[in-house]
Amino acid sequence: MTKLLILIVVVLGILAVAQLARVYELTSRLRGKREEDISTADNRFNGSMMWLFAIAYFGFFLWLVLAYKDKMLPVAASEHGVEVDWLLNFNWLILAVAFIITNVLLFWFAGKYIYSKDRRAYWQPHNNKLELAWTIAPASVLAVIIIYGLNSWTTITAPASPDALVMELYARQFDWTARYPGADGGLGATDFRLINGTNPLGIVTQESVATRLAEMDQEINATDSVLAHTILADSKVDELTEQVGRMRRNKARIINLRTIMEQDIKEKGEASAYMHGADDVVIKEFHLPVRQEVKMLIRSQDVIHSMFLPHMRVQMNAVPGMTTSFKMVPTITTDSMRTITKNEAFDFILLCNKICGASHYNMQMPLVITTASEYEAWMDEAMKKPFQAVVPAEMPATEPAVTEGAEPAAVAQTGSSN
Amino acid sequence: MGATTIAHAADHSHEAHHHEESFVSKYIFSHDHKMISKQFLVTAIFMAWVAVIMSLIFRLQLAWPGEGFAFTSFFLGDKWAPGGVLDPNMYLALVTIHGTIMVFFVLTGGLSGTFANLLIPLQLGARDMASGFINMLSYWFFFVSSIIMLASLFVEGGPASAGWTIYPPLSSLPKAMPGSGMGMTLWLVSMTLFIVSALMGGLNYVVTIMNLRTKGMKMTRMPLTIWALLLTAVIGILSFPVLLSAALLLLMDRSLGTSFYLSDIYIAGEALEHSGGSPILFQHLFWFLGHPEVYIVLLPALGITSEIISTNARKPIFGYRAMIGSIMAIGFLSFLVWGHHMFVTGMNPFLGSVFVFTTLLIAIPSSVKVFNYITTLWRGNIILTPGMLFSIGLVATFIAGGLTGIILADSTLDITIHDTYFVIAHFHIVMGMSAIFGMFAGVYHWFPKMYGKMMNTKLGYAHFWITFVCAFGVFFPMHFIGLAGAPRRYYSYSEFPMFDGVVDLNIMVTIFAIIGASAQLIFTYNFFYSVFRGPKAVQNPWKSNTLEWTTPVEHMHGNWPGPLPVVYRWPYDYSKPGKAEDWVSQITPLEEGEEEH
Repeated sequence: MTKLLILIVVVLGILAVAQLARVYELTSRLRGKREEDISTADNRFNGSMMWLFAIAYFGFFLWLVLAYKDKMLPVAASEHGVEVDWLLNFNWLILAVAFIITNVLLFWFAGKYIYSKDRRAYWQPHNNKLELAWTIAPASVLAVIIIYGLNSWTTITAPASPDALVMELYARQFDWTARYPGADGGLGATDFRLINGTNPLGIVTQESVATRLAEMDQEINATDSVLAHTILADSKVDELTEQVGRMRRNKARIINLRTIMEQDIKEKGEASAYMHGADDVVIKEFHLPVRQEVKMLIRSQDVIHSMFLPHMRVQMNAVPGMTTSFKMVPTITTDSMRTITKNEAFDFILLCNKICGASHYNMQMPLVITTASEYEAWMDEAMKKPFQAVVPAEMPATEPAVTEGAEPAAVAQTGSSN
Repeated sequence: MGATTIAHAADHSHEAHHHEESFVSKYIFSHDHKMISKQFLVTAIFMAWVAVIMSLIFRLQLAWPGEGFAFTSFFLGDKWAPGGVLDPNMYLALVTIHGTIMVFFVLTGGLSGTFANLLIPLQLGARDMASGFINMLSYWFFFVSSIIMLASLFVEGGPASAGWTIYPPLSSLPKAMPGSGMGMTLWLVSMTLFIVSALMGGLNYVVTIMNLRTKGMKMTRMPLTIWALLLTAVIGILSFPVLLSAALLLLMDRSLGTSFYLSDIYIAGEALEHSGGSPILFQHLFWFLGHPEVYIVLLPALGITSEIISTNARKPIFGYRAMIGSIMAIGFLSFLVWGHHMFVTGMNPFLGSVFVFTTLLIAIPSSVKVFNYITTLWRGNIILTPGMLFSIGLVATFIAGGLTGIILADSTLDITIHDTYFVIAHFHIVMGMSAIFGMFAGVYHWFPKMYGKMMNTKLGYAHFWITFVCAFGVFFPMHFIGLAGAPRRYYSYSEFPMFDGVVDLNIMVTIFAIIGASAQLIFTYNFFYSVFRGPKAVQNPWKSNTLEWTTPVEHMHGNWPGPLPVVYRWPYDYSKPGKAEDWVSQITPLEEGEEEH
C-alpha cells in the first residue's frame, strides 16, 4: 500500500512539472520566443543569482566554521599532533585566501559581464606575462607548503628512539588486542599458524609450538579415524581428505618454524626473539603512560584494518602479512582531557578506519593515558593475570554487533573450526 | 598519406551505404558515432539513477540510524532491510556499488562515451570514427558490463561490498564478508568487460583524432574539448590495462589459490595456506589506474566547459596554449601521484615524500586552468544558458575541491584526515560534482546537435540552481564531519559519543541530498520530453564557431552532405575586432592581412 502511495506521489509530481513546462512552452511559442534566445531578464536573473549564491556560499562557510568549531576534534594530545594541527591551520590560512579571491572573482564576473547587444567582449586571446605570473604564484606558495609538510613528515616518520616503549596493537574482525612486553622488556616473535584459543596472537615460544603441534596431531588423527571408520558420501570424503592434507602441510610448516626457532635460540641464547614471548602481556585494554615515547607495532589477523587515534593525530593501517608501526609521545592524560573538554565521559578512542566487514563501524577500544606511576600499577596488575581473565566487563560490546551484522561470517567461524 | 587514404575509404563507404537502414542497424547495432553517443548517454542516465537511489538509501541510514523507512524497504525488501532498516552488510554493498557505478559507468563510460563519440568526428570534420564497428562493440561491451553489474545486485550474499577500491584480503575471502562471494566475482567480470570497452573506445578516439582531421584542422586548431578527450583516451589506454591485470590477479587469488595479495591470514578459525603475497601490491596496481581515473573523469568535463565558457562569454578562451599545456601536464603527472592514496598503509615514508611533491605539483596546472577560466569571463559578454551555468558551476566546484586536495596531498595532514569524511567531501566535490556538472553542461549545450530539438531553458535554470545549492549543501558540511574525526564507510556513528556533535550535520546533508536528487527528476523529464516533443532546433543555436554546427540538423551518415568542410582558423574567434558578427566559424577563410590570433 505504501509502495503504491509512493508511486502515485512520484507520478503526480512528474505530471505537475510536465504541465507547468507545457504552459510555459505554449506561452513562449505564442510570444515567438525561441529556447536558445536567452532574454535580458533571464541573464539578469541568473547574474543576480550568481551574486546571491556567492554571498550565501561564504555565509554558509562562515556559519559552519563558527557553529561547529567546538565540535571538531579537541586539542591534540600528542607531541607531533600539536605540530600537525599547526600545519593544518597554516594551510587553511593560505587556502582561505585563495578560496576567497578566486570565488569572488568568479561569481563577480559571472554576474557583472552579462550579455548586452550594444557591447563587444574584450578581445584577449592570451597574455604571456599574466600567465607566467599565475604559474609562478601557485608554484612558490606550493613550495612553502611542501617544505613545511615534508619537514614535519620526516620528523613524524623518523625511527623511534631506543628507549621508547614498544607495544603491539593487533586487529581482527572486529576487535583490537594489545600486547605489552613482560618483565624481559621485549616482545616475542609471532606466527599466525600458532593461533588458537589460548594463544590468540600466535606468539612463538618453545611451549606454544609444542602445544600447537600436539593439537594438530590430535586433529589429524581424529579426521583420519573418521575417514577410516565411517561410511561417508564421496563428496564428504573428498572434503575431509583435502582438509587433512591441509593440516599436514600446515604441520610441516610449523615443524619448519620449530627448526628455525631452535637454530635461532642456539645462536642468540636469551637474546632470541623466540625467548621473549612467554611473559608477554596480552590484554584487551589499551593503556599508555603520559610523556613517554611509545612505538606501536600494528598487525592484523585477517583483512586490512586501520589503527586510527584521532585525538592523537595518529593513523596507520594494519596489514595482514606485515608489521607496520607508528611512534608518538602522548602529552595529555585522559583525566586532564576530561577537564579540558569539560566532559566527564571523555575517552580517547582507537577506531578502525579501513573498511573491514559488517561491524567495521563498531571496532573500537578506549585508550587510557595515565601518569607513569598509574601506568606501572596497571601493568603490575595486568602481568599477574593470564589472558582470558583480563577481558573486562566494560569492553565495548563487539559481540552483539557481530551476531547482528555478520551472521554468515560467524557461522563460518564455528563451522570450520574443526 | 595514411590520413587521406582512410578519409577516402570513409568517403567510399559513405557513398555505398545510401540505403534505408533497418530498425536494428539504425538504433541498436548502429555503427554511427552519433547514435552510439546517444546510446551511451541514455545508459548512463539510467545507471546514474540507480546509483543516486542507492545513495539516498544509505544517506537515510546515516541521518537517522536504525530507523525504518518505507523508501528503503521499497527497494531492498525484507532480506536486506527488515522493517525498512538497512542491513549493515547491505550498507557496505550500497556504498561500494554507488561508487563503482558513478565512477566507471556514469563518469567514465557515460561522460567520455557520450561526448568523445559525439564530438570527435563532428568537431574534427570526419565522416565517422576510424572504426565504426569497434565503436559499436565498445558500446555493447559497456552495455553487457552494466547488465552484469546490475545483476550482481540480486545474487545470494549480495553484491560486492569491499568498497569501490575492493582492497584484498577483504575482497578475496568470502569468509571475510558475504559480498566477497558471487557478488565480487560478478563485479570483477563486469569490470573486465568495462575495461575492454574503455580500451576499444580509447584506441578509436586516439586513432580518429590523429588521422581523420579534415583539411586545415591542425592540432593547434583543435577545440579544447578534443584536446581533453585525446589526453583522456591516452591516459585510459595506459592505465586501464593495469587495473585489468590487478583484477585478473585478484580473480586468481580468489579462485585458483594463488597468493599475489595474500599472506599470513587466519580467518574463521583457520590458518590459510596463502603465503608471500602483499595486499599493498594490489593498492599500488589499483591506484596506478585509480588516480589517472580521476583525470579520465575530470578532463572531458574541463574540455567541455572550456568550449562552452568561451562560446557563451563570446570571448576567446584565455591562454589556449596554456590550457593545452596544463592538460598535458595534468595527464603526465597523473601517473606519478598514485601513492598519495597510500600514505598510511605502511609504505616507505621516503616514497611518501616523493608522492607529496608530485601530487602538489598538479596544483600548478590546475590553478592555471582556474585562472584562465576566470579571465575568460572577465570583460566577456556572457549569455547565461543552462550549459553556461553548469560550466561556471564546474569552476566553483573545481576550486572548492581542488583546494582541499592540497590538504590531503600533504602526508603529514593526511595522517589525521585519511579515510574520514573530509576525503568524501573532497573527491565528491572535485571529481563527482565537477564531472557531473561538465556532463550536464555538455548535454544542455549539445542537445540540439544530438536530437535536433531544444531543451526547455526554464527547467534547465531550475535544475541548475537546485542542483548547485544542494551540491554544496551535501558536500560542504562533510568536511566538518571529517574534521571531527568521523571515518568513512561507517554504518552508523551512534556507537561513538565523540561524534554526537555532528549528528545534525548528517541530517542536514541527507535533507539536501533528497532535494538535490529530486531536482534530477526535472532534468530527466526535460531530457526525455524534449527528445520527443521539444521545439525544433536551428542549425547553430549558440552561434558557435566549431564544425559540428555546420552539419545539418537532421542526422545523416557521413555528417556533411557535400564534401568535408575545410578549416581556416582556430575555434575561438569570438568578438574578434574588425568582424561584423561576434563569432567567425572555423570554415570562414582568413581575410587578407588577418592574423590568425
